[in-house]
Amino acid sequence: MADYQNIFTQVQVRGPAYAGVPIARGPWVRSHETGYSHLLGRFGDAQVGPVYLGWLGLASLLCGFIAIEIIGLNMWASVNWNPIEFVRQLPWLALEPPAPAYGLSLPPLNEGGWWLLAGFFLTASILLWWLRVYRRARMLGMGTHIAWAFAAAIWLYLVLGFIRPIMMGSWGEAVPFGIFPHLDWTAAFSIRYGNLFYNPFHALSIVFLYGSTLLFAMHGATVLATTRYGAEHEVEQIVDRGTAFERGGLFWRWTMGFCATAESIHRWAWWFAVLTPITGGIGILLTGTVVDNWYLWAVKHGVAPPTPVAYPILPDPTLIGGGQ
Amino acid sequence: MSERYAWSNFWLGLGGAVAAVVGVGIVSTFEWPDTESVQVGYRGNGMVQIYNQVSLANQVAQTSFPEPEPVIEPAGLVASEIYDNVQVLGHLDVSDFNRLMLAITTWVAPEEQGCLYCHAEGEELSSDSLYTKRVARRMIQMTMTVNQEWDQHVAPTGVTCYTCHRGQPVPDNIWFLDPGQWRTTGLVGNPAGQNMPATAAGLSSLPFDPFVTFLEEDPGSSIRVAGLEALPNGNRTSIKQTEWTYSLMMHMSTSLGVNCTFCHNSRAFSDWEQSPVQRTTAWHGIRMVSELNADYLNPLQNEYPAIRLGPTGDAPKANCATCHQGAYKPLYGYEMLVDYPSLAQYGPPELQDPPMAMPAATSQ
Repeated sequence: MADYQNIFTQVQVRGPAYAGVPIARGPWVRSHETGYSHLLGRFGDAQVGPVYLGWLGLASLLCGFIAIEIIGLNMWASVNWNPIEFVRQLPWLALEPPAPAYGLSLPPLNEGGWWLLAGFFLTASILLWWLRVYRRARMLGMGTHIAWAFAAAIWLYLVLGFIRPIMMGSWGEAVPFGIFPHLDWTAAFSIRYGNLFYNPFHALSIVFLYGSTLLFAMHGATVLATTRYGAEHEVEQIVDRGTAFERGGLFWRWTMGFCATAESIHRWAWWFAVLTPITGGIGILLTGTVVDNWYLWAVKHGVAPPTPVAYPILPDPTLIGGGQ
Repeated sequence: MSERYAWSNFWLGLGGAVAAVVGVGIVSTFEWPDTESVQVGYRGNGMVQIYNQVSLANQVAQTSFPEPEPVIEPAGLVASEIYDNVQVLGHLDVSDFNRLMLAITTWVAPEEQGCLYCHAEGEELSSDSLYTKRVARRMIQMTMTVNQEWDQHVAPTGVTCYTCHRGQPVPDNIWFLDPGQWRTTGLVGNPAGQNMPATAAGLSSLPFDPFVTFLEEDPGSSIRVAGLEALPNGNRTSIKQTEWTYSLMMHMSTSLGVNCTFCHNSRAFSDWEQSPVQRTTAWHGIRMVSELNADYLNPLQNEYPAIRLGPTGDAPKANCATCHQGAYKPLYGYEMLVDYPSLAQYGPPELQDPPMAMPAATSQ
């Protein structure tokens, strides 16, 4: 007899496939294809489908496919179409934005034009997917919280690759499409603008990022720890006394004097998650446009304290005139 | 049921196999965690040097530190009085001269050739018929220039031929102009000078040739990227340009086996008033290498046979790794120049044969 485990459960509930709540009829009806996957059941719901693709989903996948093709084929061409080298060097390869000399003009295809095209199709794909997320939520009679959380991430994406480059007057400011290259870009960005750690919006973004993980761990742990009292039935438990949720709340009041409610914990988590890219995007947008050196900005505003000199200091050699 | 369990076992087995492969990959590629962190600055600034004991010990074990040649009693005659065509070392006592020749043979010449590597067999010792002899003379002048005029980079340890050559006729760490085979002429695949494993820049995906810009052309022109004021004030340095500087810095970091904080305070990379003195040493080093490439190494292009030239026909050139070879000081600071003071400065021009051949380089 299978029994319920708190850390890792092997229980898989199987019943007749559930086609979902009735919806107003749209141009596409969701597929009736459903099935069960034992493997997926180990991680989530064993039922797969029904899937709703629709025009927005199709268009989004098509644009995404074009973007990935442009990026991937350029990467492959950069290793002279050698398939082995493509796999071997994949983490290093990239599609690079135009050189700064091109400004915001349209460069030749192999001088950054492909980057603009890939960016266009990737952005189209993401925005179409956002519309799909929004419309599917409305169709199911849900709120649109998921769409707006997704929009927060899109904001950061657009700041990095579109809004800030336009404000700086150069597509060359944007991020390359590549695994290591985008990380090099990130490090170079911080070096160029005098240490991003002194950017208060970067700091806020880190707070919300780490805060998100903390809240997720606290909430997930609380719910799992009280599943033996039925905590996964969240909604009913909100209004009743003596429930698993009452126990969970009491635990946090015992340990830290205050607790969220079953409803507000999800607002906490949603806002922390959403504010991570929103504040991060603000921080990126201010960099270079409003602030040129975040370290000096922090010194100017008393944020970066002077530290004692711990080793001998020599002056800038270019200033003493003896430069060779 | 049994069929489902069979599938379950299959997936579990597959998952286990993947986990095993990934695990072996992680264990075998991660750095062995026997590192020592040495604090070098004020707390909270990350001013730490990290040393891996195992790889450091291996590196030191792979480095040979040659014993100095025994000193010979002075003969009382200078080399230019005994030998012909001694253009650079003519002022040395003959004993000292021969001792240095012996040392250079062990430092540079292939063992099976010895003296004949530079002195053509069956010809006078004074003959300049071999390119190796003509290049060696110029290299001795370069060594003297480094020791005499670039003391801000090399003092007090100094350099000898061995600093770069390490017993080989061609030093390990030299560089040539990029042949440009990566440049696709077609419509796709332009990596923009980066985005492939860059040996010059610590196998990062940063620009793979920082040398032409920073070690051949004007080295002071464009290394600095950060603004000097908090708010925008005309500094138009791009992020791409920053990546080129970053690439040069990765080359220095790799060549010296140190992390960024050897020279920089990471809270403010650009601020000289918080930088360790090593940054000033490195500043002079960049200029030194640039000058050596321009005055000594590139002009030797016509002396070399084709086999010694690069893919585009250029002369071999130096960068930080040529001397440092992974050590914060070449040979971990092992002082050789003190045993060969004749390499420390130029000799009097009138004592050379023919006289007045010196001084060689005066671009200072």
